[in-house]
Parts: sequence; structure tokens; C-alpha cells
Amino acid sequence: MTDAFTLERRRRALHGWLLLSPALIMLATFAFYPSLATVITSLWSRGTRRNPAEFIGLENYRYLFDDPTFWQVVSNNLFYAAVTIPVSMALALVMALWANARIPARSFIRTAYFTPTVLPMIAAANLWLFFYTPSFGILNQIGALFGAGPVNWLGQPDTALWAICVMTIWKEAGFFMVFYLAALQTIPPDLQEAAEIEGASRWTYTRRIVLPLLMPTTLFILVNAMINSVKLIDHLFILTKGGPSDSSKLILYYIWENAFAFFDRPSAAAMTVLVLLLLGALAAFQFLVLDRRVHYR
Amino acid sequence: MIRYLEPAAALLLALLWISPLIFALWAAFHNVGDAVNFRLGAPLTLDNFRTVWAGAPWLRYFFNTFLLVTLILAGQFLLCTLAGYAFAQTEFRGRDALFILVLMQLFILPEVLIVENYRVAASLGLLDSILGIGAPYMASAFGIFLMRQAFKSVPKELEEAARVEGCGTLGVLWRVYVPAARPTYLAYALVSVATHWNNFLWPLIVTNSPSTRPLTVGLSLFAAPENGVDIAVISAATVMVIAPLLVGFLIFQRQFVQAFLTAGVK
Repeated sequence: MTDAFTLERRRRALHGWLLLSPALIMLATFAFYPSLATVITSLWSRGTRRNPAEFIGLENYRYLFDDPTFWQVVSNNLFYAAVTIPVSMALALVMALWANARIPARSFIRTAYFTPTVLPMIAAANLWLFFYTPSFGILNQIGALFGAGPVNWLGQPDTALWAICVMTIWKEAGFFMVFYLAALQTIPPDLQEAAEIEGASRWTYTRRIVLPLLMPTTLFILVNAMINSVKLIDHLFILTKGGPSDSSKLILYYIWENAFAFFDRPSAAAMTVLVLLLLGALAAFQFLVLDRRVHYR
Repeated sequence: MIRYLEPAAALLLALLWISPLIFALWAAFHNVGDAVNFRLGAPLTLDNFRTVWAGAPWLRYFFNTFLLVTLILAGQFLLCTLAGYAFAQTEFRGRDALFILVLMQLFILPEVLIVENYRVAASLGLLDSILGIGAPYMASAFGIFLMRQAFKSVPKELEEAARVEGCGTLGVLWRVYVPAARPTYLAYALVSVATHWNNFLWPLIVTNSPSTRPLTVGLSLFAAPENGVDIAVISAATVMVIAPLLVGFLIFQRQFVQAFLTAGVK
């Protein structure tokens, strides 16, 4: 009797492993092995025909930390995150509150907010060229109406990164709105009625009741927004190519450039390792802190 | 007064939000001179589209993108269904540890691993192939997670009934779990297609010939400043590239939004 039971259990375990194996093989090939290989590559020198690659420990990292461009790129990326995350999240919340309110043309408004989400970043960047181009760009034509001189938005270090940020916000806000919208629709309407009876203003109701209830959603969006601030770089290829003088270059773009334009794999690998560490910390934060709160709900 | 202020602001923001699209649409059907000077009464023209169509093998690009999203979706459905089922309904030692390992991939973005993934693709002979673009995305941790959640909510009694009828493990999966998870599949498909239709960096790295290039890479090459095409032509190309997805989105809007929600909120 026990034997049959053990046998059945073994059979099930075997089935489990068989079912998993295709996915595990693919994950190992395109996620786990490359991660390990990145770490190893980052510890070896860049091989040339004459000098084969050799183990040099953390030398690549030291080289990277001595590279002023690297620090420029890091600070650009921090700026990018610091601008796009709060602004797109705040906008998303406002959009969701509007899209959930009883206002005219609501479905048009919802669609308009969400549309940028389904466009490819590359195509969207082409659309934005229209706004930013120096001689006839729309921003400059609007500026000219008010007597402002033409500005080369993408061509000068002071404004290039801002221009990139604005487009990212435009692309992300509608996406995040959807999550807020879903959360808003789960709030029971009697809460609002009760608040009205108590004489609470709409602002008080929003601040004291809606915002706390949206907290888990906010944290979820926050993690996504942080990941996106590393990931969303496609528009750089169209709008600025990281320039002028590296003023709008972001980390992932710099990794791409190092690996595929400068053919400096070790330093691209070292940077990748740093990004992976950051993402790992984010993952730990998500699993250890956020998931607990979400389950609490 | 105040009552009208908010709807007005909401509407204004909405118009602002689609204005890049509107301008591009407008410019695509006008010649450059009229487009950049905003001559609103200027005649419509299809010249830009003729220039675009003659300038690159678009049909090929469309076909490549179509093939790519189909291939990825097929791979994802197969791998994530099997793995999600394993995590949801079979029991073996080390399963939970393995699941956490899989979830790690949510944060090891394929985009970030471009350096070594390129070498892996090269050693597997996958460079410059549609399969090479798609392979890193097939075993998606996100998809596995999604399918596991969907399968977990299927009542066990259904499985037992099917077993009594003589179904094996795969039979149960195919007859009971897959049909029950149909909405999740639909949601996942929409998200996956939208994501990979739009993907750029990895395809840019892996492909180097027109016969494998997807639309996004083709568009970026076509609109590159070195190519010397004017903004009206770029607009036309952009409109052409986004049209299928945009039309699809406008028709299936509700499902799209619902799909992103199912996919995101878990």
C-alpha cells in the first residue's frame, strides 16, 4: 500500500520536472547563464589578437569608476529616474481620478491617456521629433507666438535630458493610470457617501480615504517605474543618441554603446553587473517588503 | 465655474496627450512645406506614403514582425503552460525554491543582458534570425507566474473527474486546465503581442539584414538622419508602422486595458 503511494508520488515528481524542463532550459540559456557569464566577463581583460584576455580581478570596475563618462551617465540616469518616476505617477493618479469621475467625453479621455502605451517607443520618438526639431519644431513655433527665440531642445546639454524625460513621462503615465483606475473601481461607493454625509470635502475624501487605499497599487507602480527608468531608452536612438556631449546618455544605452560600438565587452559587462545588483536589490524589496503588504490586503 | 474647470482640464490633457499623434497624422498627408508651416488649408497628398513605400522593404518588415510576435507567443504559450502547470498542480521537493529562482528572472531583464545574450545567440547560430530575436523572451517568468495563478484557481474536482475518465497528466492539462484559463491566455497574448511588436533594442542588436529585421528596427534605419528623409516622410512611415496596432487597439480597447490589468495586477 505504502509502496504504491510512494510510487505515485515519484511519478508525479517526475512529471513535474518533465513539465518544467523546457522552460528551465530556456531560462538557464538566456537568463541564468548569461548573468553568470556577465560576472565572469567583467573580471577579465579585453582580449585582443595579440594579448589574450586574462583575469584581472576588479580592474574593470576601477577603470569604470575612473571614467568620468560613467559618472555622468549614472547621474543622468538618477536624474531621469528622479524626474520621470514621481511626475508620471502623479499624473497617472490624476488621470485615473478624472477617468473614473463622471465627466463628459470620459471614454475619449481614457483612450487618449492610454494610447501612448501601445505605440512603439521608436515610433513615438519620431512623433516627438516634430515637437523638438530646432527650425520648425512645434515647441518653437508656439514659443515664437509668445516672442520666445528658437531653442534647440535636443541639441544643447541643458535641455536634451529634459526632452527625453518629457517623452518618457508621456509614454508611461497612461500605462500607470490603468492600475490606479482598476484600484479606484474596487473602492466601495458607500465610503464616498459616508464621507459626504460627514461633510468631508472631496479633497479630504481623496487624501484621507482614497490615497491610503491606493497605497499597495502605488508601491506596485513604483517598482515598475524604477525598472522602467533602467529599461526605457529606445527613444535615445532617435532623439539624441546620448548627446550632446553625453548629456542625455543613460546607463543601458552606454552599455549598448560599449559593447556594440566601442567593442569593449568587459566594461559593458562590469556595468551590467552593477545594474543587475541594483535590480536584485529592487527584487528583494518587492518580495520582502511589498508582497507582505499586498497580502495583508 | 469650478464645476467646469476639472472636465476642461481633463479634456485639455487628453488633447495634449494625443497631439503628437494628431500632428504626425496630419503631416503624413501633406507635403513638407505645408506640414512645417501648418498651412491648415493645404491640399492632401499621398506622396509621402509613396516615398516611404519605395524607400525600404516594408512588406518584408511587416512580415518579419508578424512572424516574430507569432513565434514568441507560441513559444511562450507552450513553455509557460507546462511550467505554470508544474508549479500549480504537481508536488515535488525543491519546487518552491525553484519558483523563486524563476521569479528572479522578472528582474533580470533580457534588455540588460544584451552583452552575453549576444554571445549565447552567436554560439547557438541564432544571430540574424527571427528565432534569435524571440528565443530570450520565450521562457518568460512573468508568463509562468500568470499561468500558475490561473491554474491554481481551477477546482481540483475537475482534475479528479478527468483522471477517473482516464486522462493522463498532459490530458488533464489539455482538457481541463487550458480551457479553464482561456481569459488569461487572451490577456497574456495581447500584452505579449503589444510588447514584442514594439521591442527595439534586442532586435537591433541581433539582426543585420532586411530579411530578418522587424518593423521597429526598419523604421529607425529609415528615419535616421543619414537617410536624408524629411519630417513629413518620417511621419508617413511612422503612421504606417503604428497603424495596425493602433487600429487593433481602438477596436479592442476594452480587452486591451483589461489585459494589461490582468497581466499587471496579478
